[in-house]
Amino acid sequence: MATLLQQYERVVGTEVIDQLWQLARLLDGMHIVHINSTRAGGGVAEILHRIIPLKHELGIDTTWETITGDADFFQCTKLMHNTLQGNRIDIPDLLLRHYENINTENATRLKGLLEDADIVFIHDPQPAAMIESIPSRKGKWIWRCHIDVSSPYRPVWKYLRDFVRGYDASVWSLSEFAQRLPHPMYLIPPSIDPLSDKNSDMSEEELANAYARWGIDPDRPVITQISRFDRFKDPLGVVRAYRLVKDFIPVQLVLAGGGATDDPEGEEVFNEVKASAGDDPDVHILLLPPDDHRTINALQRISDIVLQKSTREGFGLTVTEALWKGKPVIGGDTGGIRLQVVNHHTGFLVNTPEGAALRIRYLLKRRDRLEEMGQKAREFVRENFLITRHLREYLTLVVAITNENRDRIELL
Amino acid sequence: MGEPFAVRDCALIAIATGQYANTLTELRDRLEIIPASCIYYHFWGGLLRPKFDNPEYQNDFAIWAYQGLRDKSLAERLALIDPSKYHELEDLRGELIDTIEERIDESEILPWMKATQRFYFVRSQTVVFDTKVRLDTPEELGEHIPHMSLGSIFYHFIDARRRPPWGRDDFSHWVSDFGDTYAELAEQISIVDPYFIALGELREELARVFSAHAPQGGE
Repeated sequence: MATLLQQYERVVGTEVIDQLWQLARLLDGMHIVHINSTRAGGGVAEILHRIIPLKHELGIDTTWETITGDADFFQCTKLMHNTLQGNRIDIPDLLLRHYENINTENATRLKGLLEDADIVFIHDPQPAAMIESIPSRKGKWIWRCHIDVSSPYRPVWKYLRDFVRGYDASVWSLSEFAQRLPHPMYLIPPSIDPLSDKNSDMSEEELANAYARWGIDPDRPVITQISRFDRFKDPLGVVRAYRLVKDFIPVQLVLAGGGATDDPEGEEVFNEVKASAGDDPDVHILLLPPDDHRTINALQRISDIVLQKSTREGFGLTVTEALWKGKPVIGGDTGGIRLQVVNHHTGFLVNTPEGAALRIRYLLKRRDRLEEMGQKAREFVRENFLITRHLREYLTLVVAITNENRDRIELL
Repeated sequence: MGEPFAVRDCALIAIATGQYANTLTELRDRLEIIPASCIYYHFWGGLLRPKFDNPEYQNDFAIWAYQGLRDKSLAERLALIDPSKYHELEDLRGELIDTIEERIDESEILPWMKATQRFYFVRSQTVVFDTKVRLDTPEELGEHIPHMSLGSIFYHFIDARRRPPWGRDDFSHWVSDFGDTYAELAEQISIVDPYFIALGELREELARVFSAHAPQGGE
């Protein structure tokens, strides 16, 4: 059976994998530790499940540990997560003290490992305070923020900042997210894994099943938005854009997402979207379990065009996923969508439902352009947003941070 | 025959500075104080990032002038600044500021108009490393080019222009040491324009030049 690196080599090319080997050689003898809060569920665990085995195959001595905590601890870190993304809620002092205690307990448990490591990556806020309990650190500590912190609730960020400023460096997904800190703030956009259930190739049979399962007509165009039912994703705007197109082209709309029922506002938005769609049989509103990756993959693949009409967005990995499947994306002119959707090349940036409708009509009429943009979109992701690029930047960061903080580091 | 060609590679990593501009005046003011490595990143770093076959503008400042300020005149002028003509980043910084100030003088509204998106100043660190691959002849170099990483292509064909001998790429410089037989090849390599194509396409074009212009039979 092919190794992981061999499997990626088929997707990205030999020279990309060769470069990873070259960089890995520069890390010879180093021990790298990653700490996050869970091995299952969520984007961070998903990335680590691939990055860690890849590092092992490259001969890099890497350990992945998770912290343990109780329900109160995770309630606190969930609140931190939400407030860093902009919710204005104060976290009770009692919970914050509990957060610190749990971090101390975990740091004590992992003390030997953490003291001796050459590089420690701490992912997100959950384990961020551990650094306080490891005063004798041999290596460099890096805080990796995976969250959209473009407009954090300041009191909570200030609290967390006191821990984060003690790190040797931090890593952010976009420059818009980076907060002022007294150390280098590296920028590494997220990535998708082309071999995962969400992105790997699918058979014609699986795609045919998806049409049948959801009652979608394979002979008419399909436009799709995959996202939570959240106002920032503007699902009502998507329905409006669909209606404006429908007058000209017999298009079908798929709005699919998960997690509405455990989120009061999500449920409200879901109901509004349902009401807005009425009894139109060509609008398919699907509530999916968060781990139903094969269905999401199939829905993206049977679409002619994918929308991400957000009015506010972090990076927008659903955009990356769609581009990888060769679909032009019509996206809101905001956040990380701007990094990925390049007008006339990988899709179109729009500001209104009318703008989205215009671009949908254009692409459905100009099939040649749709195909051409779809091909470009896939190549664009291949070069920029696959996990191999992500890993290359992690390795480069480690080389950079373990050398002097110079603009140019020549290891010749 | 001189030294073998030592294939090097480079990887660039971006670093946020926390500095940004909302208006053209702010951009000018920040340009005075930001590290020179930001100038490098916003002019040259773009070449290691995504590009398309018909990019409207060639550097991040020009792109922001067009997308953020909707000012085509400034975008066109900024896009025309060729970074390879400036041996020192400070000279490039000066040219950039001059171009912006010229536009500020021409317009009453533009200097204060809030852009639709911020310009974030980013600097970069570049790690250059030796791949240990050594090539003895231009023919070997030509055969190896399709297998080079994009980082190697960037380092030898673009970044090289900022190293002595100034303004020259490593490939044509090395090939020219092989005498008159390879003069045509060296000339053809040196006139390849890297600015309107992606690095992958540049790699293909260089491979084509090597196979079309290498003398039959070699030396």
